[in-house]
Amino acid sequence: MDHISWLASIKVSEEERAGFVASFNSVLDYFHQLDELDTEDVEPTYRVVDLNNVFREDEATESLSQEEALSNAPRTENGYFKSPRIV
Amino acid sequence: MGASAEDAVAALFGKIKRSRLNAYNVLSEDLALERARDFDRSPWSGLMAGVPIAIKSCISTRGIETNCSSRILSGYTPPYDATVIERLKEEGAIIVGKTNMDEFAMGTSTETSYFGPTRNPWDLDRVPGGSSGGSAAAVAAGEAPAALGSDTGGSIRCPASFCGIVGLKPTYGLVSRYGLVSYANSLEQIGPLALTVEDAALVLDVIAGHDPRDSTSADTPGGYLSALDRGVDGLTLGVPEEYFGEGVNPKVERSVWDAISKLEELGASWKEVSLPHTKYALAAYYIIAMSEASSNLARFDGLRYGLRLGADQDWHTTFSDIRAAGFGPEVKRRVLLGTYALSAGYYGRYYLKALKVRTLIKEDFERALSVGGADLLVTPTMPFPAFKIGERIEDPLSLYMADVFTVPINLAGVPAISVPCGFADGLPIGLQIIGRHFDEVSVLRAAKAYEDATPYHEAVPKEVV
Repeated sequence: MDHISWLASIKVSEEERAGFVASFNSVLDYFHQLDELDTEDVEPTYRVVDLNNVFREDEATESLSQEEALSNAPRTENGYFKSPRIV
Repeated sequence: MGASAEDAVAALFGKIKRSRLNAYNVLSEDLALERARDFDRSPWSGLMAGVPIAIKSCISTRGIETNCSSRILSGYTPPYDATVIERLKEEGAIIVGKTNMDEFAMGTSTETSYFGPTRNPWDLDRVPGGSSGGSAAAVAAGEAPAALGSDTGGSIRCPASFCGIVGLKPTYGLVSRYGLVSYANSLEQIGPLALTVEDAALVLDVIAGHDPRDSTSADTPGGYLSALDRGVDGLTLGVPEEYFGEGVNPKVERSVWDAISKLEELGASWKEVSLPHTKYALAAYYIIAMSEASSNLARFDGLRYGLRLGADQDWHTTFSDIRAAGFGPEVKRRVLLGTYALSAGYYGRYYLKALKVRTLIKEDFERALSVGGADLLVTPTMPFPAFKIGERIEDPLSLYMADVFTVPINLAGVPAISVPCGFADGLPIGLQIIGRHFDEVSVLRAAKAYEDATPYHEAVPKEVV
């Protein structure tokens, strides 16, 4: 649980932990019914509708202004998003 | 009659404000009234000129809060419109507000909303279905003539069924997803909820079509409204045996069989078909949806938008704390489980396995709907009518089980509609009609023929103020 919580960047509190573990176990048990199926020679489906790579002309079009792009940012500085410190 | 658009819109807001349903979590009253006044001054033309519409809270609307019923996005106001919103505006529609939903569309009951549950207008103690429960309740109770929802595993059809209205999930790729806040992007589509098949077809005509900003969107001819009245003469309906029997409420089953007899009377024929991998669809669906969710929801970190807590700490702690405070329990559960399913050592066992099972399920549908087979499949939309608020929310697996007849359709990517087909103890029942990829025309004309021959869509719920 600690590892998954770290990977997902979601802190899991002590109170939440027991409930999550119980529901994960029942859901994962349910998922395991797929093991009954032999899928050795089956191709996976990533997309249901066949699509080839979509190309377009490399032309600049209108995009959000800097002001609009920053309009929902909780913290900004000098026209940039302000992030927590990394190091 | 002869009332102005402004009067009509004002009356609608009066109704919404008196309502006990909690169908909306944001109202755009000032913008809507201003647009109605503009319309009265110089009426414009368009397929939806002056028609009010409600929009699910996960579809971006410029200048109107789009919070996905989550704390983490409370107050977030998009600086741009989703493509479907641009198209609605071009055709003259007036946006009333944003409808309540399960948080990030993760649910079958609209109980996981940060803004509290929406109530079913047929019985206030019951759920409206989900995740587009606010959209369905609003339309059923006359708080909007039509609404947009999104459907990842049944999120349009389930609430349409529970609230006694029409809801259509289009073929994957028919409607642009640009501006839809992603939950499980390989499964979801935006679609209409309305009181009649005709209204749903009209909205579909407006929103369908290729969009260069969604590379999975397809170029299609449209013309759904004009194809509605062709009847069902000559159509073959397939009745999948796996969608009846154990676990299905007998009254639901009887209503669906009555509907099949009615369609036969109207000129269709029917035969039994089999979708043999149906029992594996739920597991495959939830693995894929949770995996995609864990990736799609990684963007919510409080940096560019959304919740930010007090003083920042280091990068990872800050984000982990924001996400712990901003997401509700069901969203956390799905993101954590999806993270697990994609993590090193488990990818083949869960995600890849589910994608392979998805192939088998898709092939089931292709076989049943092949040339010489059935043109359409007919099933119950939900195995039972609306359940009570609180009845299933504590047991996630029992809630997931409710989606048994809706998720296979998203895995296969085919179109499906839910139309009212009866009542069980005063609660609406939905008939699901499923078609081939991009054959919305056949789905809609069968739904219309059925609706024309039955009274169920005319019934009005008790809770209409």
